[in-house]
Amino acid sequence: MNLPESKASAVSFTSGADSYIRRRLLISRAFSWICRLVTYASLAVLLVLIGSILWSSLGRLSPNFLWNHYSMNPMKAGILAGLWGSFWLVLITALFSIPIGVGSAVYLEELAKDNFFVRIIKVNLSNLAGVPSIVYGILGLTAFRPMMMFMQTLFDGQHAINIGGMFRVRLVHLSIFDGSLLIGALTMSLVIMPTVIIASQEALRAVPQSIRVASLALGATRWQTIWRQVIPAALPGIATGVILSISRAMGEAAPLMMIGVLTVASMCPGGIESPVQLVTEPSRLLSVPFDQFTAMPVEIYDWSKQPDPQDRFTSVAAAGIVVLLLVLLTINAVAMIVRTRASRKLQW
Amino acid sequence: MSETPVSWATRRQHRRHETLIQWALFFCAALSVLTTAAIILVLLSNAVYAPGDKTAFFEKVSLWEFLTGTHWKPSDGPGGKYGIWPLLSGTFLVAIVAAAVSIPAGLGAAIYMSEYANPKEREWIKPVLEVLAGIPSVVFGFFALKFITPVVLKPLFQFLGADIAVFNSLSAGIVVGIMVTPLIASLSEDVIRSVPRSLREAAYALGSTRFDVSAKVVVPAALSGILASFLLAFSRAIGETMAVAIAAGGNPVFTLNPLRGAQTMTGFMVHASTGDSAADSIPRMSMYAVGITLFVITLIINLISGWILRRYREVYQ
Repeated sequence: MNLPESKASAVSFTSGADSYIRRRLLISRAFSWICRLVTYASLAVLLVLIGSILWSSLGRLSPNFLWNHYSMNPMKAGILAGLWGSFWLVLITALFSIPIGVGSAVYLEELAKDNFFVRIIKVNLSNLAGVPSIVYGILGLTAFRPMMMFMQTLFDGQHAINIGGMFRVRLVHLSIFDGSLLIGALTMSLVIMPTVIIASQEALRAVPQSIRVASLALGATRWQTIWRQVIPAALPGIATGVILSISRAMGEAAPLMMIGVLTVASMCPGGIESPVQLVTEPSRLLSVPFDQFTAMPVEIYDWSKQPDPQDRFTSVAAAGIVVLLLVLLTINAVAMIVRTRASRKLQW
Repeated sequence: MSETPVSWATRRQHRRHETLIQWALFFCAALSVLTTAAIILVLLSNAVYAPGDKTAFFEKVSLWEFLTGTHWKPSDGPGGKYGIWPLLSGTFLVAIVAAAVSIPAGLGAAIYMSEYANPKEREWIKPVLEVLAGIPSVVFGFFALKFITPVVLKPLFQFLGADIAVFNSLSAGIVVGIMVTPLIASLSEDVIRSVPRSLREAAYALGSTRFDVSAKVVVPAALSGILASFLLAFSRAIGETMAVAIAAGGNPVFTLNPLRGAQTMTGFMVHASTGDSAADSIPRMSMYAVGITLFVITLIINLISGWILRRYREVYQ
């Protein structure tokens, strides 16, 4: 909407009208500068935010911050447990929320008829997106925990699962279902579900109708059309939206606080501390979902609130934030690449 | 049946599969309704009426005390006081400061992006706003507590001759305002851009300056969408948790002084869930009463926002 700025100021007017028009042009120019200032201020805030965090983190940001555990000594405290916790949390959350979220979007966009129940689903979805994340935390705390407790009673007495006679896995941590990764991931799936559904819906809506019509005209069934034509065409859009929602799950702490995750964690879920162990001790993977955990934003919260007269935990919290932001930046970069790649390839 | 061609049999099988898939997908979509039902059920069954031998919060504390009391002291044991007003005042104080920051900033940015910026500028402003929107809440909390309060506000208020606490709702409100600014900016920009060009051209043709066009033609034409975005941002600010829990502190006092600490509804819920009170105790149950208040308030604001959008939307050809 760029219309050329009027050059009226160059024209001379008769006395009274002259000052009137000059005043209006002055107001207009001042307004444009205010708008520009306000917009550029957002960039300035971002720079100050990142700058101040980098500055505070200077004392503590070092490689051993990445592979140390929680410690009361600020020079030894590290984020390893949070890093692994967030990784598992996001992974399991994605396993739950992507199939269900994309499935809902496909139903609502491609299959649903306009009946009463579908309308309720749609209205409900837009309201659900506005529910504060902490309310989902209450749900997780009250509904998922007893569910897990019930599961625990099922497992009680045998504490081991036999899989195909090959792995006999002792679920030693089954007794501590409180604040386990599975509860966290279920809760977090509910938090990001509306965003996943809405993003996928938008991606599906962007697929031109001609593709569907052509597929149906060639004799494909509805599901064949959806599965082989519509979803592949919408996939880049869905992937971008899903990745962005996932990054939200990584930064969210409130629902996790509610379900009672550890703030002081000296071990990683399943005892897996390095990617090498995933290969050497795969049996540990099975106890991961049932293990207690902590996540990066929760640790950052704890460090920020740490009452320390010398403020020594400030640099620890800042270092944690740098790590968290770097991870988020990587995730967002992936989303960006997917988006630009797709827009270059697809032409409708 | 045996004479039927294979293609018909497979086709029938297809159809059966497809019905199955359709039902599975329908169940996925219905899960969101179930989620809402579960949230409401959990909140009601712990706050209003508990089945079985459990006692709900409002069966121990009267609704009247909850809605009119001005003291929130769940830690006082049996004599604890449960008046919601300190938490409400804290919540709205933070949200109003946030609105004061984000409404001018968000609307200004939206007008600038749609009316003034050239495409090159837009290309970097939009991603910057997206990055700002993607920064986690805890990070803003840290920023408020460790930078805004000691580096910006403290010297400023010392200069003005006032004293500001380490935990204060002003810094919390400022960062929450920064957090919701991108939301206002992007939602408002969308509606402002959808105002047809002919309206602008007509205004220019009548001799309007750019300010006249923006403030007297475009913004009024997009007003419903802009108001809706303000309301959404306000409800987001009310539900904002971690930044506020870090920056505003945990002291529920009934005050409208932004220079002091305060506790918001969300802040209390985080505090209560991490506390060590027993699962069935009143302090613990009060969490659900606060939760239902928060849920209802944000829901009402969101519904009003949606209603404004539908009711007052200008449709242009």
